[in-house]
Amino acid sequence: MTFTHALFYLFGGILLFAAAMVVTIRHPVKSALFLVLAFFSAACLWVMMEAEFLGIALVLVYVGAVMVLFLFVVMMLDVDLAKMREGFGEYLPMGGIVAVLLVLEMVIVLSSDMFSPQNMPVPLEHAADYSNTHALGMLIYTAYVYPFEIAAVILLVAIVAAITLTLRARRKHIKYQNPSEQIKVRREDRVRLVQMKSEKRS
Amino acid sequence: MMEELLLSIPYVDLLPEWLVLTMANVILIVLIVLPVILHVAYLTFAERKIIGFMQIRVGPNRVGPRGWLQPIADVIKLLLKEIVIPSNANKFLFLIAPMLALIPALVAWAVIPFTDTWQLTNIDASLLFVLALTSIGVYGIIIAGWASNSKYALLGAMRSAAQMVAYEIAMGFALVGVLMAANSLNLNEIVTRQSGGVLDWYIWPLLPLFFVYFISGVAETNRAPFDIAEGESEIVAGFHVEYSGITFGLFFLAEYANMILISTLTALMFLGGWLPPFDIPLLNMVPGFAWLWLKVALFLFFYLWLRATFPRYRYDQIMRLGWKVLIPVTLVWIGIVGVAQQTQWGYLFH
Repeated sequence: MTFTHALFYLFGGILLFAAAMVVTIRHPVKSALFLVLAFFSAACLWVMMEAEFLGIALVLVYVGAVMVLFLFVVMMLDVDLAKMREGFGEYLPMGGIVAVLLVLEMVIVLSSDMFSPQNMPVPLEHAADYSNTHALGMLIYTAYVYPFEIAAVILLVAIVAAITLTLRARRKHIKYQNPSEQIKVRREDRVRLVQMKSEKRS
Repeated sequence: MMEELLLSIPYVDLLPEWLVLTMANVILIVLIVLPVILHVAYLTFAERKIIGFMQIRVGPNRVGPRGWLQPIADVIKLLLKEIVIPSNANKFLFLIAPMLALIPALVAWAVIPFTDTWQLTNIDASLLFVLALTSIGVYGIIIAGWASNSKYALLGAMRSAAQMVAYEIAMGFALVGVLMAANSLNLNEIVTRQSGGVLDWYIWPLLPLFFVYFISGVAETNRAPFDIAEGESEIVAGFHVEYSGITFGLFFLAEYANMILISTLTALMFLGGWLPPFDIPLLNMVPGFAWLWLKVALFLFFYLWLRATFPRYRYDQIMRLGWKVLIPVTLVWIGIVGVAQQTQWGYLFH
């Protein structure tokens, strides 16, 4: 067993542990933190597979941005753990059937010849000057340019849709600030010097 | 380089190869991290002295000659103080949060080139690596805020999370401009592309992106005027209100290490890193590290200057600046760079 093998099992072990904790731990904040750990270990595995661009992008996008937003929302929730446990027996039969079916399907698919180790090509090991970033860029902008652009447009549509759904018409009684108006203000607009005679002593 | 140096010591070549390699790397890491921590210590001193000068007072001058031992005294004080863990706090997360804040700030130095040859690792996507690491530094703050079991700490963490998500985008887009100009994600190559002289530095063709990057950098490090996560006047000290002793010290260390990191990155990407301002023999004789140090010091001075000059932004003002000003500026400038590179004006954004 070489050092890379040991690293692979280490990261894989952490990934499996974290993923299991995400679904079993009760507290949502801890669950989200374990999801962060799972993403991070997955990124480590990708980097070991010489996909360093994808690995770093996974950390940047999911760990650095998406999970921060997740935590932001989850930390605001007031979770009543007792209430969450209430319906456990009620959902157990249905959930159990779904789980068993899922496991069965996975077993059937993964135990087929397609995924047997003999049919898996041994991944090439590239030289030290191989640039995964360049290779990915070449592929995205030549062979896969249309799928890439279409995916980008779909995401843009999703953003616009999300904004339209949450955008509320401006209500009358709320006052918004206009920063450019605030900056334009001069002293003369706000302060007026008044000349007046001094009052007589009474 | 360090490996050969180690092997020249008698009896070292009898050790297994992996051990020598690990030793060489550990020595290099210590050679990078120790100066960073020393710079952090004296940056706090410089901050107090410079802000004191700007406010016409003396600043610390009691410990040692002219106060030069003040940072050492501060460190000893923080080490000796008791660490108080609030009741009902999540102890594990509470104690791990300062480390989570500090580790990314130090790991990012692994890919920073100090000169064209002084660099721990020269990886291909180093710019992306640094961006990813600076973005996970926020977890230290969020976890600290949540695990402290305190309203003020939680409010600080929430503010920090929202601010981070907003400014991360502007920062990333500013870097997109740099990588378009340099045609590379490798920090070493980005600097080499700027060689020639002061007019070849990316600050000129990418001036708007330079401003956006530095402003977002100030926001990402939670420094004044973007320090709403701490906000002494409204939420006491924000996310680290419950921290004492060295746990607070680690947050402090992380903040200043991040400041130095952002300043170094700005110097590397926009001011030509270790390159001298004019390509003449006299200036080329000065070691490249000295130029980088001077440029980093300039940006660190800007940090302190900003803190002494501007009042704290309000939360809504920060959000407006991030989403409505900085991001549109970067988007427009990326479009301009892209169009110019496809036409005859491409030489402007080489």
